[in-house]
Amino acid sequence: MTNSWTDIKNTDLVVIMGGNAAEAHPCGFKWVTEAKANRGAKLVVVDPRFTRSASVADFYAPIRQGTDIAFLLGVMNYCISNDKVQWDYVRAFTNAPYVIKEGFGYQDGLFTGYDETRRDYNRSTWDYELGDDGYVKSDIDHPRSVWNLLKKHVSVYTPEMVERICGTPKDKFLKVAQMISECSTPTKTMTSMYALGWTQHSKGSQNIRAMAMLQLILGNIGVRGGGMNALRGHSNIQGLTDLGLMSNLIPGYLTIPTEKEATFDTYMSTRGFKPLRPNQMSYWQNYKKFMVSFQKAMWGDAATADNGFAYDYLPKLDVPAYDILRIMELMHQGKVNGYMCQGFNPLLSAPNRKKLTAAFAKLKFLVVMDPLQTETARFWENHGEYNDVPTASIQTEVIELPTTCFAEDEGSLTNSGRWLQWHWAGGTPPGEAKHDTWIMAQIHLRLKALYQKEGGAFADPILKLDWRYKDAGNPTPEELAKEVNGYVVEDVRDPNDATKLVLQKGKQVVSFAALRDDGKTACGCWIYSGCWNEAGNNMARRDTSDPDSTGAYLKWAWSWPVNRRILYNRASADINGKPWDDSRKLLWWDGAKWTGYDVPDIAPTAKPDVVGPFIMNPEGTARLFTRGMMRDGPFPAHYEPFEAPIANVLAPKVRGNPAARVFKGDMEQFGDAKEFPYAATSYRLTEHFHFWTKHSQVNASMQPEFFVEISEQLAKEKNVKNGGWVRVWSKRGSVKAKAVVTKRIQPLTCDGKTVHIVGIPLHWGFMGETKKGFGPNSLTPYVGDANIETPEYKAFLVDIEPIAGPVA
Amino acid sequence: MANFEFVTSPAPTKDIKVGLGDGDLVKRSASTVSPPAKALTPVAKLIDVSKCIGCKACEVACLEWNDKRIPVGENVGSYDFPPDLTPNMFTVMRFTEWVNPQSQNLEWLIRKDGCMHCEDPGCLKACPAPGAIVQYSNGIVDFDHDKCIGCGYCVKGCPFNIPRISQVDHKAYKCTLCSDRVAVGQGPACAHACPTHAIVFGTKDEMKKHADDRIKDLKSRGFANAGLYDPPGVGGTHVMYVLHHADQPQIYANLPKDPHISPIVEVWKGLTKYAGLAAMGAFAVIGLVHHVVTGANRVSPEDEANAEKLTGGRP
Repeated sequence: MTNSWTDIKNTDLVVIMGGNAAEAHPCGFKWVTEAKANRGAKLVVVDPRFTRSASVADFYAPIRQGTDIAFLLGVMNYCISNDKVQWDYVRAFTNAPYVIKEGFGYQDGLFTGYDETRRDYNRSTWDYELGDDGYVKSDIDHPRSVWNLLKKHVSVYTPEMVERICGTPKDKFLKVAQMISECSTPTKTMTSMYALGWTQHSKGSQNIRAMAMLQLILGNIGVRGGGMNALRGHSNIQGLTDLGLMSNLIPGYLTIPTEKEATFDTYMSTRGFKPLRPNQMSYWQNYKKFMVSFQKAMWGDAATADNGFAYDYLPKLDVPAYDILRIMELMHQGKVNGYMCQGFNPLLSAPNRKKLTAAFAKLKFLVVMDPLQTETARFWENHGEYNDVPTASIQTEVIELPTTCFAEDEGSLTNSGRWLQWHWAGGTPPGEAKHDTWIMAQIHLRLKALYQKEGGAFADPILKLDWRYKDAGNPTPEELAKEVNGYVVEDVRDPNDATKLVLQKGKQVVSFAALRDDGKTACGCWIYSGCWNEAGNNMARRDTSDPDSTGAYLKWAWSWPVNRRILYNRASADINGKPWDDSRKLLWWDGAKWTGYDVPDIAPTAKPDVVGPFIMNPEGTARLFTRGMMRDGPFPAHYEPFEAPIANVLAPKVRGNPAARVFKGDMEQFGDAKEFPYAATSYRLTEHFHFWTKHSQVNASMQPEFFVEISEQLAKEKNVKNGGWVRVWSKRGSVKAKAVVTKRIQPLTCDGKTVHIVGIPLHWGFMGETKKGFGPNSLTPYVGDANIETPEYKAFLVDIEPIAGPVA
Repeated sequence: MANFEFVTSPAPTKDIKVGLGDGDLVKRSASTVSPPAKALTPVAKLIDVSKCIGCKACEVACLEWNDKRIPVGENVGSYDFPPDLTPNMFTVMRFTEWVNPQSQNLEWLIRKDGCMHCEDPGCLKACPAPGAIVQYSNGIVDFDHDKCIGCGYCVKGCPFNIPRISQVDHKAYKCTLCSDRVAVGQGPACAHACPTHAIVFGTKDEMKKHADDRIKDLKSRGFANAGLYDPPGVGGTHVMYVLHHADQPQIYANLPKDPHISPIVEVWKGLTKYAGLAAMGAFAVIGLVHHVVTGANRVSPEDEANAEKLTGGRP
């Protein structure tokens, strides 16, 4: 989230699209009801299904899954055509006026530079034109200004085109567009609440970008009640992401080197982040400080200036990333020997279960660390039709290491709003369950002993790993949190006055502002720096004071970065530093410095008309045009899902996202609308949490059995009875389920064709207290988002037929 | 502050310190009680149907607090699970897909069903077992299972079809409004668990005031007939609803428009009064009637088996 859960109460309009907050985030959803109560806020829900969120919405509009970009660009087109733009914000705080290189273009669904054989773009024209001064040229009236390119790009998405692509009736689309456009005034804000309904598409990142651009045009980023608010799907998935969940990242969104970057100097040479406009902060210029401090936290004394701070110890990527799809693909090819699943149930969480089962069977060993008996740990066990595997032929050795659950240990959870909240153990672990940290420490120590004894090709990264814990076999949450915060490795004295000690060896650093690129500080995750400094454990703070009820709660827990609650908050004030909306003041310029209710997201004395609010960007402004930073385009464009009920009406020859990676053999595994006529989607239900709560008797009794949802019209057409049994199948697999026939799903008309939707919830498997069932991943296609490879779970094709139920 | 239509602060569940005891009874089945010297402030649970997202946290909280479990059943083609109240499940969500004939828009009406705690409780009036059903001066209607004879007359007496008779111990069960929690100054478990404050608890006056604010808000959002459900036919209730369409309560899974205690119960109670039967006498007569109709309250092997099944073999 750019903002926080508690800030949602400050909004005037909540748009839930690409998520279902009431269903999947019922506790966070309370802030929507607060907004309705406190500001008379309106709630709009755009979803293929009439969801639990829709049941309490002021307005609901249906949309076909996988067409959100067409809808959002349609709203942008509406706002631009009707002059519903917060011009002062757009001109001052976005890259709208910047001039783009000659040669950039977009035609027939493709941007300039497409190479079909590589399914990739040469992105060299997707960039700014620089002036003689080395800075970006700025002229909003230039025919190639970002604004003029954007205007042209969205112009095709008329209300009629939106209806044709999305199936949203024109009057409903216009109502939503009109409600959103009202938030272009400085005194009205909209918040976007989204989740995996946007990410789980082959163009997931661009779905989110489209809304972010709309929010910028409306002037809703950096303000109270505004923002792009990703509702994270686990209590600590934000924390996991921050700490380097992705295989190409290290903590704090620093990047793992590629094999082309053989030395630290080469690595740093492309990470200079020179400002693109005069006087801009371009905060990533501090990259080296964060990187060196990270290396010091990892390898301590072994990381020196002479060895590039142990740069060689870091793995170097030979591919863009080892994401879940690539790993499973390699496993399927028999190229992976061992796999460790830590709190992960891929047999139900990754796409194309048949392929996964075959992949796991090729492993030599599989380690599962989990508090529960997962399906993954039992992939080899025959459970009749629910897991019909030839057990005798599977040679994989499976090792289950029972772990504790969140309530049995101490530590911090990072919520969607970036708050690190410390928690304490509520119970003792049952049986032989151990904390994950204990298990990882034990594995490390044993590996280290083996390397010490037997040596190895390159043992240093393991042997020299800095392991300064009191009990080497059991690092404590406190020790780890302090390491993440960072500490001073060597005394640092004031260069002008050697008697003055600036940083004292052994002390916790106050924040990342104290980090250095000379190896005198160590920090495990720079964005978390400040969470446990010399003031103590700031994550454990529980003060509910909130001056003027702004919703900031600055003394409750601790928020990254530096306890800031709303990112880009300098943008809550105009170019002169005066708040856009007096009733929702956040930050203002008092003539000498920035002051207000939040920690300023800018240097405190940076003059308002000089330094831009988007300090992480070398431009100082926010990007409507994202240069070459995304693989599939500097603007979002409508692409159909890889399995779609209709062709792309804007570019009939383009299937799916043209820049999305497709492995050999998987393209043939995509079904078409002739064979599989119905548009399926998958989702969560309130009664369950993923595949965990089916192990709880009470939750199981609330939603006991796997089902799929279809419209009354499709039920009639296919002779399916409510509560009866159906078979649903795709090109990759088949499932049996109960049918829930409902008015909440309605057929849509897209490009003149009736599109029926099949809804498939995801909580069932063959372990636990519920009735045995299937997950949607028996059916889903093996393809992910072009930028981060999140699998396309939200839009695929199936067929359906009624069947006789199992014999009781 | 700009752009306001209404300011309605949520009324978080208010814990009301009371101690419920025999001295607080205002009504007792098949008995007469002298009114308590000092009446407690009437309480109420307000269920705002317009804010309910049907998450069933209240159902789970109810099971957990009362230490009940229900079996893992089958999907019957809806989100209603369990599909009905049971002797172990005192509250259920009732989901209705209703197309508003005016707007042609679908509305998904989700009503939390359970005991309404009537001011004039039909169950209590119908109950022949002295003291099996009581009403405290704060309005809570409670069952005393030690005194319940399992005759099922409370089921007939209830205008909302709430009590359920256990096939295990042949006693009647329903929501107690968490009288055990309220007695020690806590609100009902369901209200504490509700993430959207759709369920709130406090004095009846406070709840009515909160409902007024909610109704104003709903009217501003186009629900012209939004209103409070506090039906006068049963003297008002201590569980009330805010409904977006208060003129048509029946669209919310057959919530009665104008509930009354069945005339049969009224006649029966009138008769016993007229006959001047002593409470114990009435008990004997009804016991006889009950014996003739349903047989003796003996534990059959089938009952044992059911009990075994329901308790999962646990004592």
